[in-house]
This record gives sequence, structure tokens and C-alpha cells, in this order.
Amino acid sequence: MKQFLSFAKKEFLHIFRDTWTMMIILVLPVIMMLLFGYAVTTEVRDTNIGILDNSRDEISKRLIDKLDESEYFSVVRAFNSNSEIEKAFRRSEISLAIIIENDFSKKLITKQNPKIQMIADASDPNHAKTLVNYASGVIAQSLMQESKANNPSSLINTELKLLYNPLMKSSYNFVPGVMGFIIIIVCAMMTSVSIVRERERGSMELLLASPVKPITIILSKVTPYFCISLINILTIFLVSYFIMGVPIKGSIFSIFLLCIVYILVSLSLGILVSTIAKTQLVALVISAIILLMPSMLLSGMMFDISSMPLILQGIAQIMPAKWFISAIRKLMIMGVDVRFVFKEFLVLISMCFVLILISLKKYKNRLE
Amino acid sequence: MEDVIVVRDLTKRFGHFVAVDNISFNVKKGEIFGFLGANGAGKTTAMRILCGLSRPTSGEAWVGGFDIRHESEKIKKNIGYMSQKFSLYQDLKVWENIKLFAGIYGMKRNEIASKTDILLKELGFEKEKNTLVKDLPLGWKQKLAFSVAIFHNPKIVFLDEPTGGVDPITRRQFWEMIYNASQKGITVFVTTHYMDEAEYCDRISIMVDGRIEAMSSPKELKREFNAENIDEVFRLLAKKSTRKEI
Repeated sequence: MKQFLSFAKKEFLHIFRDTWTMMIILVLPVIMMLLFGYAVTTEVRDTNIGILDNSRDEISKRLIDKLDESEYFSVVRAFNSNSEIEKAFRRSEISLAIIIENDFSKKLITKQNPKIQMIADASDPNHAKTLVNYASGVIAQSLMQESKANNPSSLINTELKLLYNPLMKSSYNFVPGVMGFIIIIVCAMMTSVSIVRERERGSMELLLASPVKPITIILSKVTPYFCISLINILTIFLVSYFIMGVPIKGSIFSIFLLCIVYILVSLSLGILVSTIAKTQLVALVISAIILLMPSMLLSGMMFDISSMPLILQGIAQIMPAKWFISAIRKLMIMGVDVRFVFKEFLVLISMCFVLILISLKKYKNRLE
Repeated sequence: MEDVIVVRDLTKRFGHFVAVDNISFNVKKGEIFGFLGANGAGKTTAMRILCGLSRPTSGEAWVGGFDIRHESEKIKKNIGYMSQKFSLYQDLKVWENIKLFAGIYGMKRNEIASKTDILLKELGFEKEKNTLVKDLPLGWKQKLAFSVAIFHNPKIVFLDEPTGGVDPITRRQFWEMIYNASQKGITVFVTTHYMDEAEYCDRISIMVDGRIEAMSSPKELKREFNAENIDEVFRLLAKKSTRKEI
């Protein structure tokens, strides 16, 4: 115990005395939160659109007003011909063009299904899809009102209700993602690098030739990173709650428990990487490519997993971050009871056991 | 004099490669035993086995009276270890390093504190107590590392090329420290590249391709091989090597 404490203290000193490590630990979570909160937003807000109104009647005008009024779009151009649309796209004046065909009102009233064409800049396909979806929503709603006014009997009233995130704020989505990502950086990447550093510099040899048990070395190595992760989690919660207004609906206790389980999984990942990597550089590259990138891209933080190709969906299943993010979304944003995230807990805990078992095996082989 | 290291028919194989080939030797208490050999001759492997860092394929050995196969934990408590590659934690202060390693060997806190002051005084490092190790000159680091390795008063201290990259004056001082340790009854097991240093040892062994080709006092060896110095002896023996340097 005494050995463990003095070792853990030494690890803390290593961290505190290294400016870069301290920067990563203290500044990175906040920077990432701000980046995702304000820069990398996937929300649609005041997007510039242009309209070619071939009909120019009452209804089409009202429709255009509706689009302009909505918080998603602002109509910046009114075109007179198709050729102008292409020019506007090339100059990046608009991201979406809407073409309303001739005799729009007449056709609508006589139920001849008038046509509206949308042209979107698909150089960013996901964004284009989102824009079209939003625009369709606004148009549908507007036409619904028109038909209600003209023919109240044919009323089909579709009402959209968005559960759990009624304002469609992307911060609800990325806060769990940032947590998942930061913990991988601190626990898996920094831990593995710090263990490999001891081996690379030769101090591990000296420690192994001393009475201190290897398990004590490893435990004392991961303890500081465990504490730091808890602090990071807390920081992220505070920033998201007070600055970004993300609610914490579920029980704090179960969220905390989930975070601890995920931290343990990440730490065992770090230990496993350290048993494989021979140099700090290799440890860094392995963590970055095998752990960090997939945690960012395949965990459901940035892209929807269910719309990925099957093979990537498969890979996503073995990313701890995926299960953590899924569980913390349910707990924090939806506010469900712990038993609804039982599966996620189970998966994470088994991952932890498997990783530790593999590390132990690798470690034993190395000693021979 | 009792034997503190006894090695009998020790062999270590990695696959088909025989790193240590059936070696046997004894080291007496308080002796300075030089363990010489070219790179890849197997001396580091042999030393790692004696320190409990690696297991032999066959053969047996006792270090400080303990069997390396079953009692490596007891051995570790009774030895000190220092290598050229690592000399203390750079980002810890001098006293923090001393305290950390003394703590590992189970020394009491007040014993550590009082002994630290005595040690720093002996070394003339009183002012450097709170200095980070990385701010010390290399020679100082090595001296400090050696002092830390024998701080807990081990029966045997293993030194793996302890003077690599150190200037001649510091090397001289370093060997004085080794003599002092040996006078206190600490057995010194040292590997080195410097053949002039080999002359300072009580006894040396020269390993070639995993086998011990010669073992005696420097004086005896020079006579036996009819050589001016140990360097010449070493060259004569090293010619036999068929192994490529690793």
C-alpha cells in the first residue's frame, strides 16, 4: 500500500511537471466542447437559399414568405431563369434552390399535384440531405395550411413531435461524444504512452528488478489518469449544463457509474496497447488510429451508425465509445432508468474483463 | 569467504539461439566482479536472469543465498540494480528519487530522511537536494544513481555498463565509490565496455558467444595470455567469436 501510494504520487508528479500533458488534460476538453458547440454544428440555421418562382401567385408568394420566416432559411435570391441558379451556386451564394412551376395555385386548387423542384449543393451530401429535409418540412406545413383554408374537409393533419430534444440542438448529441473521446485520449492514449515511456527509458527494467510487484506498478500508473478522467467528466458536465444548457435528466449516480465503467474499459485498452507497443511513438500511433479515429467516426458521435455500410456497423459494435455514448444519451438526455441501459453496461464490463485478461496473458509471455 | 552468487550450468535459449551457453561461476562476498563481453555475447541476458528479470532455460543459480527459480522475490529485496540506460527519473527532484527508491525497498521514512542528508553531504550535493535530476550534469546523475542503487544497503549491486558516456574524471570518482561499497561488504557485479576499468576489478570473466572463455584476476589473465593489458586479452578471445553483433 505504501509502495502504491508513493508510486501514484510519482505518476502525479510526472503529469504535473509536464506542460504539454497538463495542457492536453485541462484545456483539450474545454476546447473540444467549444469547437463542437459553436463551430462544428450540424444544425440548419439561416441557410441562404434562392427561389425561381414561375407561378408568381398568391400561394407561391406565401410559400416563399414561409421559407424566409423560418429560422432555417433566408431567401437571398429571387431568380428569373434557370441559368441564374447555376451561377448562384458557383458563386456559393446559395446552398439550396427551389423552383416553383407555372400555375402553382391553380394546380393546387384543382388537385393536379403542382411540382416543386429542389436543387441542392451535394458536394457535402449529408448537409444537402438535411437541407432538403428541412425545406420539405416547411413546404409541407405551408401547403397543409393552404389546403385547410381551401378545403377544410380534406384535412390530414400531421403533427411532428420531437421527443427528448425538441429544439434539435446538436449539443445534445455531441456532449456524450466529447466525453467518450476525451476519456479515450486520457485513459487509453496517455496511459499507454506513459507505461511505454518507462520501458523505453529503461526504468521499467529497474522497477522489475526491485521488490515492487508489477501489478502495483500498473495500478499506480493508471490511478492518476483515472482521477484526471473524473475531473474531465465533471468539467464537461459543468460546461454542457451551465453554458450550453444541455439538461441532465437521468440519475446522477447511474451516469457517474457508467462513466467509471467506461473509464475502466479505456484504461484497460491503454494497458493492452502498452503491452503491444515497444516505443512511445508506436503507442501513440496505435492509440490514434485504432482507438481515437474510430471513437470519433464510428461511435455515433458524428455520423449515424445505422446508415453506415455493414462492415463499418460491425466495427462500430466493438468500439467501447459506441456503447458508452448510446448509454449516456439514454441516461442523460432521455432520462431513462438504469435497467434500460443494462445491455450497454454488460457489454462495457465484459469488454473490460476481456481486455484485462489479454493484457495479463501478453504480460506473462513477455517475462519468459 | 562465502559465495554470494553461485551459478551452475546456466543456459538460456531464445528459439534456436543460445544466448547463454552453460556457464558456471561463483562470486565472493565483497568482491568486485567484472563481467566482460562484446555486444551480443550474452552478458546482459545472464545478468537479467540473476536479477530475476528473466528465467533460465536450464541450470541453476543462487543469488544472496536464494534460488533464482523459486525465490526471486527475496532476491529482489537483497540486490541493487543500475543501468546506463536509466539513471533516475528526470522530472523528479533529487530527494524525491531517493525517497521513491528507498521506499520501494521498504525503508522507514525517518531512516530515509536522515540517510538522505548524510548521502547528499558525502556527495557534495547538499544544494542540489531540490534540483530536478534532468538539470544535473550526466556524471552527477550516474553518481547519484549508483548511490540510490546501494541506498538500501543490498548484499549485491548489479551495474550494467554504469559509466557509459561519462568523462574520465567522473569515471575515476565513480570507481572510488565502487571500491567504498565493496569495502562495506557489498558485492559488486559490473559489466563494462572499458577495458581499463576491467583492471580495477578483483576478478573478471570474459564471455564470448554465450560461453565464459576466461575467468580469473586481471593479473592472472594477463600472465596466462602473455598480454600487456586486459584489452589485449579481450581481443585475443573475441577473435574466436563467430556470432555477428546484434
